[in-house]
Amino acid sequence: MARKSLGNIRRSFAPWADPAAIPQVRFESVTKRFGDITAVSDLTLSLYPGEFHALLGPSGCGKTTLMRMLAGFETPDSGRILLDGQDLAGIPPHLRPTNMMFQSYALFPHMSVFDNIAFGLRQQGLAREAVAARVAEMLTLVKLEGFAGRRPDQLSGGQKQRVALARALARRPKVLLLDEPLGALDKKLREETQYELMDLQAELGLTFLMVTHDQDEAMAMADRISVMERGRIAQVGAPEEIYEMPANRYVAEFVGDINIFEGMVISVEGEIIRIDSAAGLLVLDDPAPGLATGEKASLALRPEKIDILTAEPEGPGNKAAGEIWDIGYLGDFTMVQVKLDGEAGQLVKVALPNRSRKTETPIAWDDRVWLSWDVEAGILLRG
Amino acid sequence: MNRLRAPHLLALVFGIAFLYLPILVLVLYSFNASRLVTVWGGFSTRWYAALLQNQALLDAAWLSLKVALVSASLATILGLLSALALGRFGRFAGRTLFAGMIAAPLVMPEVITGLALLLLFVGLDAERGFWTVTIAHVTLTACFATIVIQARLVMLDRSLEEAAQDLGATPLRVFFAITLPMIAPAILAGWLLAFTLSLDDLVLASFTSGPGSTTLPMRIYSSVRLGVTPEINAASTLLIALVATVVVLASLLIKRDALART
Repeated sequence: MARKSLGNIRRSFAPWADPAAIPQVRFESVTKRFGDITAVSDLTLSLYPGEFHALLGPSGCGKTTLMRMLAGFETPDSGRILLDGQDLAGIPPHLRPTNMMFQSYALFPHMSVFDNIAFGLRQQGLAREAVAARVAEMLTLVKLEGFAGRRPDQLSGGQKQRVALARALARRPKVLLLDEPLGALDKKLREETQYELMDLQAELGLTFLMVTHDQDEAMAMADRISVMERGRIAQVGAPEEIYEMPANRYVAEFVGDINIFEGMVISVEGEIIRIDSAAGLLVLDDPAPGLATGEKASLALRPEKIDILTAEPEGPGNKAAGEIWDIGYLGDFTMVQVKLDGEAGQLVKVALPNRSRKTETPIAWDDRVWLSWDVEAGILLRG
Repeated sequence: MNRLRAPHLLALVFGIAFLYLPILVLVLYSFNASRLVTVWGGFSTRWYAALLQNQALLDAAWLSLKVALVSASLATILGLLSALALGRFGRFAGRTLFAGMIAAPLVMPEVITGLALLLLFVGLDAERGFWTVTIAHVTLTACFATIVIQARLVMLDRSLEEAAQDLGATPLRVFFAITLPMIAPAILAGWLLAFTLSLDDLVLASFTSGPGSTTLPMRIYSSVRLGVTPEINAASTLLIALVATVVVLASLLIKRDALART
């Protein structure tokens, strides 16, 4: 049987899969404590040249601390941080070849756009003409020609974000650090800026390290995502790996919507695993965790991988009966909650894509329905 | 804005009258043509003219102005340094003690401070005059400057300074290029506050001045003991005008700075 690939994306950039590739940034067993709280715990991570990497996690998971340690604003309690093979220990922020775009943008309010972008260049002792030329180049890059004389308080949120980006890029950093770069923008602008940022990163070939709590942002922009949980990396991988093959329940539940059926393994035949759960007997084609018969396991199932049928389906797939509990029409798809039959009466989320403007078989509250999903749709998680 | 109701209005009028009626009377009588303080003899500015002839009063005013300028400048420098220590150096050992000691002159009775300084200067065998008064005023006003500057420093977005450092500025450059311009209004407000406090201080100056170094409040006070003259009313009116102007200026600075940040 030919191996299928994850998701519907084919990536050519994957230096992390190449054992000979040399990482540009390496966090080696880095630990950072603030008083009794361990913000980053024995964390090891490599970033490769030209990679767009996202640190994703809820607030307090240590993602910002990790980035601030690379910038030099925090010092690791133990472990090393290497940049191009050089240990960064003892190098103060102003001597590090990284630049950061701050969450609040941190534009200097008493300086014009020109002076903001020129600030870093002037610290390098660049000649006046060279500074002016580089600032002009940066303004063109972020499409803000003609704004050089403005003050930050005369700019819109999106324009401020661009100035902050231009300022951080002006010194040609080896790694650009982005702290919640789109957090302060409204939804429409965020999507636009997202693609601009990706194009820019591809054009410049720079390594980007982004901190975000927004999974959509991380999924759309990053080559790889590190999902963080309480100072550790729960999983690192390409967006489709994180989404389709979460390493554990934390990652599965943090990234995207998911249904979890708890149960017990009743048989393992090659890659075909059978589980007894509250939703009935489930079949799964998954090579993953090497579980044995009798072990506790959970089946995780994304809402968009489930079909709703009005009649009992035939064939080898999984099925479960229930009734429509709730319907939320979201435009691009409809989120339906189905209450399964049986004592537990588990609620299952199903995302129905609205592929056509009209449908012959609309669903309504309290309808009796059948859920059906493929043997390859689910993910088996331990415990 | 809410309209004032009668009881509120009454309370307001009473409160303001309680605070400012005596001053108003003083100002009015400085324009009194009569030499008798209690009798209104018509409007005149003759006492202001007489003031210019009173060399002792002018000397005292000049000394007060010099003391206020120098002590306010010294207090502002000290205030800036201690505000930076409290606001930017993290939790160093003895920070709580330091913060408490900075604020102590706010609640310390001036008589005690004055007496203590007098004993110190006598013990050091220092000649009392301009510098002893100036130093005494710095001990009082530095804490006010510290509080005003620190309040602004706490509000200052730390990421501005971090951004500057991230862009290659040394800590010293960060201070002069970012921190100082951002807190400049507070520094000026602190200076103005220290200036007015020094200008109208009587107690500390009485303890720490020597012969031939009489400040304006001391001169006014000693004159009054010999009977209130309209001339003193005129001098006091000018002092009030100066202090009021400076205080209004300082509060406008702080308010404008706060508005600019919203």
